[in-house]
Amino acid sequence: MSGIPHDHYEPKSNAEKWVESRLPVIGLLYNTIMIPTPKNLNWMWIWGIVLAFCLGMQIITGIILVMHYTPHVDMAFASVEHIMRNVNGGHMIRYLHMNGASLFFVAVYLHMFRGLFYGSYKAPREITWIIGMLIYLCMMGTAFMGYVLPWGQMSFWGATVITGLFGAIPFIGEPIQTWLLGGPAVDNATLNRFFSLHYLLPFVITGLVIVHIWAFHTTGNNNPTGVEVRRTSKAEVEADTVPFWPYYVIKDFFALALILVVFFAIVGFMPNYLGHPDNYIEANPLATPAHIVPEWYFLPFYAILRAFTADVWVVQIASFVTGGIVDAKFFGVLAMFGAIAVMALAPWLDTSSVRSGRYRPTFKIFFWLLCADFVFLMWLGAMPAEEPYASLSLVGSAYWFAYFLVILPLLGVLERPEAQVATIEEDFKAKAKKSAKGAPSVAPAE
Amino acid sequence: MFKQLAFAAVISFALPVTSAFAAGGAAHIEDFDFSFEGPLGTFDENQLQRGLQIYTEGCSGCHGLRYVPIRTLADAGGPHLPADQVRAYAEQNFEIFDADLDDYRVAKETDNFPANDSAGAPDLSLMAKARAGFHGPLGTGINQLVKGMGGAEYIASLLTGYTGEEKEEAGVVLYENTAFPGGWISMPPPLYDDMVEFVDGHAADTHHLAEDISAFLMWTAEPKMMARQQTGLTAVIFLSLLTVLLYLTNKRIWAPIKRAAKSS
Repeated sequence: MSGIPHDHYEPKSNAEKWVESRLPVIGLLYNTIMIPTPKNLNWMWIWGIVLAFCLGMQIITGIILVMHYTPHVDMAFASVEHIMRNVNGGHMIRYLHMNGASLFFVAVYLHMFRGLFYGSYKAPREITWIIGMLIYLCMMGTAFMGYVLPWGQMSFWGATVITGLFGAIPFIGEPIQTWLLGGPAVDNATLNRFFSLHYLLPFVITGLVIVHIWAFHTTGNNNPTGVEVRRTSKAEVEADTVPFWPYYVIKDFFALALILVVFFAIVGFMPNYLGHPDNYIEANPLATPAHIVPEWYFLPFYAILRAFTADVWVVQIASFVTGGIVDAKFFGVLAMFGAIAVMALAPWLDTSSVRSGRYRPTFKIFFWLLCADFVFLMWLGAMPAEEPYASLSLVGSAYWFAYFLVILPLLGVLERPEAQVATIEEDFKAKAKKSAKGAPSVAPAE
Repeated sequence: MFKQLAFAAVISFALPVTSAFAAGGAAHIEDFDFSFEGPLGTFDENQLQRGLQIYTEGCSGCHGLRYVPIRTLADAGGPHLPADQVRAYAEQNFEIFDADLDDYRVAKETDNFPANDSAGAPDLSLMAKARAGFHGPLGTGINQLVKGMGGAEYIASLLTGYTGEEKEEAGVVLYENTAFPGGWISMPPPLYDDMVEFVDGHAADTHHLAEDISAFLMWTAEPKMMARQQTGLTAVIFLSLLTVLLYLTNKRIWAPIKRAAKSS
């Protein structure tokens, strides 16, 4: 499977030989788990395991919740309260599922920004990156539809606002919106199809995750130096890498356990902190909440959506050029999806020949600005649609697009990168010696 | 790299999360001290029982508790009443419409508290979770990390927040209230000193009544809170232990690899 030379599985016992000659599944598992992995991975490479754990946890808790949930507008809210009050352990299962979505998104954002910093998206890992973006899109769809299921006020009005985005597409928008909703407004038909898709999409994600892993097991992992594993001889591979088991499995499990301490503290002690109080009020199509706010993980893109109002000059130009077809609402929708699309195009927008941000001094500054911009937009997304938040959202959105469309292409040409290490082995040795000199050494942290 | 991103993660976790800004602007929520606050807070059985009495003799006239099964009044981690008292309480206080009989009958402990829409008042089952008292600073909701969501505080502040001013708007009398978003509420002041008499002789002034009913409504909204916190604590302790063991295992496994790197 991997392009990196390493020992392949040899069946020893007769039973192993019997299976392997019919279906080489043991070899597949062995090669997957024993894959040569760069020695110098730092703690930002643990999020993959966290994400795999989240997917598993969400599917298991989700399947249990479905056993007690009723997807009907008259009964959904009450059935969630039934889970919270009458089902054995139901309150815990539901809070795990609810907060599991937040852990999932914390991990995916850190995983993505890790990739953006260390250039994990660059050749030859473009397909890994694109599959990752597809997973992210499916996650957003799943999380959004899952949030509708408890049929609270924010569920209902969130669904109304988000499906309304499709209605903003010129000419075909309204039929599409009606088709998505199964009627003129969010109602029982909507709840039922969201329930069905909320159950389906995690399995689509599982399939994509397998392809994601397959892809980067073919190219090999990226690492903090961005320098590839040497592949000319097995000795060189062994100097640059360690097998995934046990070295990274144990390291990742340690990180996962630590993260779960925090996660269980949140689930146990403040499970509603990341939720919205309005979702404990049953959906009422006649009463609009004072502020419709999406879940925290959608806020940066929600801020971009709202930033482009009719008085912004780019919107006015777009409207004028297209003869009014692209109005402010549609422009906002395009901007929101565009913000994700430019991220997906990063492999082709980044012109630098140096992969890792570690050796790119100017890039670092713009990268950290992008991280700050993300948090800034998240905060703005929760603010009311009024000044000064509207103007600030525009600034935040402008930087987001500028980073991908202007800064990444130009930096590759203008920036003078620092000298890179020659090999992963060299980097690992330097790090090991550095930590030996310092105070009593700790875990292999960076 | 890791440190900065971890910081970003903490920030984004602490971020707005909740509606984050009060509509009326001026609404003031007082930070009451409740026994159930904090990671190891517990419900006070006696307080919940007093709250139940206030609900039964006062609030239940207009407000329902439709999601709360009456039998849960016997639960540990709740009012913890004896089973026979719960049965008697259900029979004495409530009539339920039974679809099988097509008629009303006295309530049993297996029924939920009845819904009550007679005055158009909201159901109170989940009220303590459907309101957040604390939104700041800057709408980030970080205060909730320290003070809690503030649903119970919201209720207590509302019940003690009447100024005595009234006005009539479109035929409806509105009462000025410092905790209510917008400042004017259609519910007349529901509590007055000594409106109920407690068997244990506990003080029944408006302030104490507001605290007791708020605690009770926190329990109706989150009846499994104590079990949940217990589970959370157990999980945190055992996962911490696992973390330490994995840390040591990890260190041990990597030691020869690092030693080789240092010496070469």
